[in-house]
Amino acid sequence: MNAPAYNFAYLDEQTKRMIRRAILKAIAIPGYQVPFASREMPMPYGWGTGGVQVTAAILGPRDVLKVIDQGSDDTTNAISIRKFFAKTAGVATTTATAEATVIQTRHRIPETALRENQVLVYQVPIPEPLRFLEPRETETRRMHALAEYGLMHVKLYEDIARFGHIATAYAYPVKVNARYVMDPSPTPKFDNPKMDNCPALQLFGAGREKRIYAIPPYTQVVSLDFEDHPFEPYRFNAPCALCGAEDSYLDEIVTDDQGGRMFVCSDTDYCEGRQAAGHHGSLSAAPYREKAGSHG
Amino acid sequence: MTTIAELPPGFVDKVLSAQSTFRSVMDAMARPGSVQRIVPMAGAPDTMMRGTAAIALTLFDHDTPLWLDARMVESSDLVKWLKFHTGAPVVQDCSIASFALISDGTALPPLDRFALGTSEYPDRSTTVIIQVDSLASGRGFELRGPGIDGVATLQASIKPFDLFERLRINEALFPRGIDVVLVADDAVVAIPRTTRVVSKGS
Ligand SMILES: [Zn+2]
Repeated sequence: MNAPAYNFAYLDEQTKRMIRRAILKAIAIPGYQVPFASREMPMPYGWGTGGVQVTAAILGPRDVLKVIDQGSDDTTNAISIRKFFAKTAGVATTTATAEATVIQTRHRIPETALRENQVLVYQVPIPEPLRFLEPRETETRRMHALAEYGLMHVKLYEDIARFGHIATAYAYPVKVNARYVMDPSPTPKFDNPKMDNCPALQLFGAGREKRIYAIPPYTQVVSLDFEDHPFEPYRFNAPCALCGAEDSYLDEIVTDDQGGRMFVCSDTDYCEGRQAAGHHGSLSAAPYREKAGSHG
Repeated sequence: MTTIAELPPGFVDKVLSAQSTFRSVMDAMARPGSVQRIVPMAGAPDTMMRGTAAIALTLFDHDTPLWLDARMVESSDLVKWLKFHTGAPVVQDCSIASFALISDGTALPPLDRFALGTSEYPDRSTTVIIQVDSLASGRGFELRGPGIDGVATLQASIKPFDLFERLRINEALFPRGIDVVLVADDAVVAIPRTTRVVSKGS
């Protein structure tokens, strides 16, 4: 057999060293965006090249990798990233949150509580939470340096004045360790509380914008809010149609062209695990169960 | 004179050894006060512990100016080994160093002489790697901060004895500051700039 034509986990060693040094600084300064020299990856930017580079820099042969995209392990994006690392690093892969040591994610935090021996790697498109207020990098950097976050609060308060509530539903800004305002990537704000005091290490990679940032384990992460308008994690007010969960983040699925719809868990591993454990929703209840129920 | 061929070797498997060593250092940095083990071994020149040697091979290269304390600079084999295996330029001015290696803690320079980063770029700071006598026994220290679930306890025999008092400059400097990595043989403990330490005495 020929030797593989690629490096372990694709990246060359010099690039890994540079990314590893950035990761250590990111952990030491929670929520601060460390610049790094992002490399071209064999996939387009929208496919999570920042997260892929972070994963490539930390992954070892004994890791078990899970990749999720909007909560699902089975989108084209998730499958191709999982295959990429299975091929280049020979790692075992899984869809089960509890079995994974490294979880790369786009747009969700798993419902199953994370543990100390796990690392969650986020793919981040726009790492700068102040960018929509201030396009100039020198200015946003100065605002972070001075912890000058008044404009961000003004923007959120304008939402309240216009809509009666804070309209931001995704990428809802957080303050990390009472210092840096940070963009949690386009996760639904429902997931924000999971970042707070989390036992797992959380790493964020933005490829196009060339930034790495981190939340160490057991670190305070607070969603920005106001005394009279406290932060509220939003969720559709319904149980999952497949597993009956009332605590999970739901996707709304259109079922026909008559306007029919149903709500199911966005986290497919969580939903399948609950169904396997015997939980049922309105669409999946087995007939014998209904019968048994009707007999009292 | 030692020739290059006579220098202690680097990692046997560069790629996997660096990955394993990095994960130990990353876990140490993410969980301050926890003792992590460095498994892969490389040859280490005199005055350099094997854990320090593995960290150097994992993180140093021509992009990381390196400052060495007087005892290390005196070892021409050590300087040659670092140059040959890592390519890191050794600098005299510790305020421009990415990493500093300290073998004799009693001669640790005042911490504010190292790079502290800037308010805009607090990551442009020196990571100070200090070799210590023990990370298993000695004085007890209580640690708090990000990465720690409540309080972590570290038993360690460290020089300088007042290291943690000196590290209190991090409180006023944050987000600038000094991150410290302690090494004792194959054991490593990190004290990032966010960690607050209360000495418990003996
Ligand atoms: Zn479900």
